[in-house]
Amino acid sequence: MNVDQVSPGGTEAAVKPIISFRDICKRWGSTVGVDHVSLDIEPGEFFALLGPSGCGKTTLLRMLAGLEVPTEGHVLIDGQDMGDIPPNKRAVNMVFQSYAVFPHMTVADNVAYGLKIDRVPQPQRADRVQEALELVQLGQLADRKPDQLSGGQRQRVALARALVKKPKVLLLDEPLSALDAKLREAMRFELSQLQQKVGITFIMVTHDQNEALAIASRIAVMNKGSIAQLGTPSDLYEFPASRFVADFIGSVNMFEGTLIDDKPDEATVACPELEPHRIHVPHAVLGQESSKVWVAIRPEKMNLHKDTDAPPSVPECPAAHNVAKGEIKEISYLGDISIFHVQLANGTLVRISRPNRSRFDQDDFGWGEKVWVSWSGTSPVVLQG
Amino acid sequence: MATRTQERRLAFLATALPPIAWVVVFFLAPLAIVWAYSFGQNQGLTEVDISGTFANYARALQPLYLGIFAKSIFVAGITTFLCLVIGFPVALSIVFASERWRAWILLLIMLPFWTNLLIRTYALIAVLRTQGYVNFTLEWFWNQGSWLMTLVGLEPLGDFTPLQLLYNNFAVVFGLVYVHLPFMVLPLYAALDRLDKSLIEASLDLGAGHIRTLFLIVVPLALPGIVSGIIITFVPALGAYLTPDLLGGPDSQMIANVIERQFKKANDWPFGAALSFLLMYATFAAIALRVYLTRGKPTADGHGI
Amino acid sequence: MATRRAPLEYNRAWQMKLWLLVVFFFLYAPLLALIVFSFNDSKRNIVWRGFTLKYYEKLFNNDDLLIAFANSLTIAFFATLISLVIGALAGILLWRYRFFGKTAVEGAFTLPIVVPEICMGVSMLLFFTRVLPWPNDLIWPFSLGSIIIAHVSFCFPFVALVVRARLASFNTEQEEAARDLGANDWQAFRDVLLPHLKPALIAGALLAFTLSLDDFVITFFTSGPDTVTFPVKVYSMLRFSVRPKSTPHRRC
Repeated sequence: MNVDQVSPGGTEAAVKPIISFRDICKRWGSTVGVDHVSLDIEPGEFFALLGPSGCGKTTLLRMLAGLEVPTEGHVLIDGQDMGDIPPNKRAVNMVFQSYAVFPHMTVADNVAYGLKIDRVPQPQRADRVQEALELVQLGQLADRKPDQLSGGQRQRVALARALVKKPKVLLLDEPLSALDAKLREAMRFELSQLQQKVGITFIMVTHDQNEALAIASRIAVMNKGSIAQLGTPSDLYEFPASRFVADFIGSVNMFEGTLIDDKPDEATVACPELEPHRIHVPHAVLGQESSKVWVAIRPEKMNLHKDTDAPPSVPECPAAHNVAKGEIKEISYLGDISIFHVQLANGTLVRISRPNRSRFDQDDFGWGEKVWVSWSGTSPVVLQG
Repeated sequence: MATRTQERRLAFLATALPPIAWVVVFFLAPLAIVWAYSFGQNQGLTEVDISGTFANYARALQPLYLGIFAKSIFVAGITTFLCLVIGFPVALSIVFASERWRAWILLLIMLPFWTNLLIRTYALIAVLRTQGYVNFTLEWFWNQGSWLMTLVGLEPLGDFTPLQLLYNNFAVVFGLVYVHLPFMVLPLYAALDRLDKSLIEASLDLGAGHIRTLFLIVVPLALPGIVSGIIITFVPALGAYLTPDLLGGPDSQMIANVIERQFKKANDWPFGAALSFLLMYATFAAIALRVYLTRGKPTADGHGI
Repeated sequence: MATRRAPLEYNRAWQMKLWLLVVFFFLYAPLLALIVFSFNDSKRNIVWRGFTLKYYEKLFNNDDLLIAFANSLTIAFFATLISLVIGALAGILLWRYRFFGKTAVEGAFTLPIVVPEICMGVSMLLFFTRVLPWPNDLIWPFSLGSIIIAHVSFCFPFVALVVRARLASFNTEQEEAARDLGANDWQAFRDVLLPHLKPALIAGALLAFTLSLDDFVITFFTSGPDTVTFPVKVYSMLRFSVRPKSTPHRRC
């Protein structure tokens, strides 16, 4: 899969992008923050920049706002090169990680700030402030000072303050990281509702893959200053293009192996950790034979079987393929699912998750039990080199 | 356990007694004596009769001394204003400097503190006097100009008359700013450093330019620090003795010089004591003003005091 | 392209650089000029007449000045020592205990910082002439006693301030842990609190030493003819003649 520049869903973009990064680099002395990034974002998207800390995602966002200047390359907003245009002259607005709500102004004054700067006349200004506050359900708190607000309310102020200026793009820097777990869940939903309501492009930076998967319509996964993969949430989860992406998004069992057979409609991989069994996939890998590959299998796409002499049969697979034998070392009961840690003969630990559909455990797998692990041919993702 | 309580009591007394005794005997008592003296009058050469008279205060409120008070406040005010104007950008640059530069700029601001005040004052004398560096440099330019004028066929400028930069009010303000600048920069720096940088970014992001951001966001949030800086500069400048004494002329006497004269030359200790206490009251008023102005204001980091 | 600056990189703006340059020129040019001046073989004029060390020679042959300097160092040493003890106790007192009149004590400890120097100077003058006349036939360094006392009075509040700031970051559970492990009050203080205070004590000592060494006004009112300190000596030299004799003496 080509990871450089793919438009969503594979259809060629006919729409003019609202945001374009053209070959952007950012260096501080010898440290590279952003390394030749090119990216188009279309109007109306809820776009997420996802990656571990220090991957350059926040730098990219701040370049959009004009708070950081690229060392090389161009930033285009609505087709216009931003060049030397200062942050206060850009049609984008930002919700800061700390929210940056002005502590010496009331909620209403905070929201009115940008309009005052733009010299919006009073009656109109008041209307727009009220409208923005109602949009984020803060209408009642207009006269409060920020130190009388909860974290979630402050964030709403920051949102209203940015949205009231009717920006072409709203930038959100780790918008949910400062909230507690419950509120975060609720705000995810609210953010995407809000985006649909106002209809403008949202770009969010986050290090939380769950957050990105839950809200974003499209995600760029970043690593060490470049884009590792670009795609819809399900693209990234089901078809990770690299070990990094497979590892970073969700949890995964990773096996190193050798491609021993690669035909147009099937391929076989031999992994030392799974010997004597092999992995069979019903499609071509398009790699060189006997080259090194990585096989990634998601925990929920693996099955557990009771111990039998013969390996369980896997549909549409040659016998004794896509199976492994091991012993349950630990079971983590998480309520909705349970995670089984199965140790294979050579010591490798495999994670398998199973939904707890019944209130009573009918399968009755227990600690220390010998089991078979299996997976269908369509489950593994074969990654090259 | 009684012994345990006794032990605690002993520990408390051992901690409390030395500092409290010291401050009472060697600080509050001397001040109290000055206060008592301010209600006394000279009896002969060395005797002072503490009669409870207000004559000293009445005398201090005569136009002559009121004028000196007013002048002291004016000079200290000008000094504070100049320190604020000069120091604010410096404090700002320390806050936004890189780690390495920040340490250097701070060090360079602090370093003059470590040079004796007398020596710094003397350095100013060497620079400002009629045969000093400033006049020397000006004379050089004057002569070059003069030479250029003759070159193009004009009348030469004539002899250079050195500027009288010393022994006047200008020199006093110059010296006070020179000495007190670090007093202003440090509290400003402390206040600005606490300021969340994303507030400035948010203001820029919402469309305000740098100047408007400065006055709408930075100054209001750094206000407690600015007021601190103003008071910390104003108070010692108001009571300055050395700078007006060495750099000032006969008409640039400040209140501290008058007080000193009462004790060392005029030998009117009760009157000097009254002036001292008036100066103290002025100082306390300034400090009270600061408490009043910064009370309940949100600090730069977004929390109430 | 690469030299464009981000909005908050104020320090890369030339106006800011120029401003800093001018301010540092203002702060340092006079001092540098004075140093150059002190090596100049010309008495009245600043025109360079050649390098000389004769003023330094004069200085080291000037017994009065050397004695004054020795006095200053002695006073600073003892004032620092006493301030350290009194100041640390004051800091601990205000941090650890709640007692009747605490606010008043707190105010009394900060007062020496805010009272104008001249007022403190005259109060010391009054105190040491009318209440506790310091005998002037005492042998050195006891003759310096009155100045040392005066210096402690304005130095110890600064030590207390630094100590208290440091104590704010002290986790009292550490002391409780020491007690739990069998230490008595004194051992817990010595083994846990004191090591924590060490940086504050060093900073406080440096501060007190500098303040004492630098002080002119308060010393001016407490020193007698036989107990002249360096600043007071330099002052009298400056007041009555403007010659570069004193310039070599500087601390850095």
